[in-house]
Amino acid sequence: MPVLAGKELRIVGFLCNWCSYGGADTAGVGRFTQPTDLRIVRVPCSGRIDPLFIVKTLLGGADGVLVSGCHPRDCHYASGNFYARRRLEVLKGMLPIMGIDPGRFEYTWVSASEGQRWQHVVTTFTEQIHALGASPVKAVLGAYPGAAPSKGGDSAAA
Amino acid sequence: MQPLDVIKEKIREALPGLDCVIGWQRGFDPLHATPLFMRKPEDVDRLIWGPLNIYNTATYLSGFRGKKVGVVVKGCDSRSVVQLIQEKLVKREDVVIFGLPCAGVVDLTKVGRNVTDLGRVSAVDHSGETLKLTTPEGEKSLAWDDVWADKCLSCQYHNAIISDHFAGEPIAPVLGGRDPAAEEIAALEAMAPADLLAYWAEAMKRCIRCYACRNSCPMCVCRDFCIAQTRDPHWQSQEDSVKEKLMFQMIHATHLAGRCTECGECQRACPVDIPILALRRKANQVIKELFDYQAGVDPQAVPPLFTFKVEEDNINERGW
Repeated sequence: MPVLAGKELRIVGFLCNWCSYGGADTAGVGRFTQPTDLRIVRVPCSGRIDPLFIVKTLLGGADGVLVSGCHPRDCHYASGNFYARRRLEVLKGMLPIMGIDPGRFEYTWVSASEGQRWQHVVTTFTEQIHALGASPVKAVLGAYPGAAPSKGGDSAAA
Repeated sequence: MQPLDVIKEKIREALPGLDCVIGWQRGFDPLHATPLFMRKPEDVDRLIWGPLNIYNTATYLSGFRGKKVGVVVKGCDSRSVVQLIQEKLVKREDVVIFGLPCAGVVDLTKVGRNVTDLGRVSAVDHSGETLKLTTPEGEKSLAWDDVWADKCLSCQYHNAIISDHFAGEPIAPVLGGRDPAAEEIAALEAMAPADLLAYWAEAMKRCIRCYACRNSCPMCVCRDFCIAQTRDPHWQSQEDSVKEKLMFQMIHATHLAGRCTECGECQRACPVDIPILALRRKANQVIKELFDYQAGVDPQAVPPLFTFKVEEDNINERGW
């Protein structure tokens, strides 16, 4: 049994290739200690992120979703993160009505050189998710018929 | 001359230059109006106006893209037309708008609570102080406030926002009236997240994935390319699970954020009465707070998610 079983939650991160993904790499190269709950999906730009990625992830049972892109005005494609900011802010406002704690989703900006800031972001967000606990989505939706049997990717706690 | 007759005359005059004019006619029984597509002058005689004109005529507009059509609108329908024009989904010069002042439409679900069988209502009189129905059990008289659709109780747009022909006295909006939809959202948000999710799961259990909510939506213009049914990308499986059903509602709600004109057709069309309009109304509340924008009231305005500001006014970038 893995040593972290029961202690780790499942957090999915959508990171911009040009900054935050590099920032996370910088943090790793610098050997900064980070919580291990986060799984990263690399995307070409925060503007590539459809808010439905986040909805689908949360409905799939993820305990938290973190989105990180380039700082406003620093987008590799000039304006992707400005559009992303509007969409993600709207989504954050909509999560409460579907019964998901808005604290399970955050978005932020981290540049490629900000390894320390990345460490801080990951640590803070992971603490926030641990304070909220495991997501009730799987238990609530799984109680109804028709759900497919789990195809893996469960949180380590399950 | 009655306003309806004035409009009929205008439609007859405009008809030679148009593919058709969309309106309402008496349906299969006196309680149900159905859409009417007027192509010949004699079709115009069948046009009706009143609280039974429930359907949003703007829903059909995007299907006539590239053709010149006319559309008879209630105030709320005209918002959908304006939003379609804003998004360049229809051209202003391709659509002739006929407007009449609308006092409200009835919610047949509410009427249905007062009669045993909606299909056996043999006569309807909506001209008086109450809605009078003739049923096999005898005459029924329903107070208007009990049968108006929720959207009508707080309606601010009784008259067409833009129109080429308008007949009748414009109705002033009632301010400070009850807003049942806002009350519904407040009640839902007062629940704990897990309880609210369980509430939606329980409601979605009834969903049969007929997509009537999407098909009746004037803003759903993707037709055969809806991501709920494409295999590539494969957003949704065919599983009959509440997760997929709730996911579809979120797809619809997020795709309508900043576009939804709250005509209520999705919820009206739902054959199992799932209160799905709350999801769209919430999205609109968020848009209103963040961008001070309301869909479908200004043909020149740019929808908020189509644009951005370098320094946003109301987005608080939470520091880390």
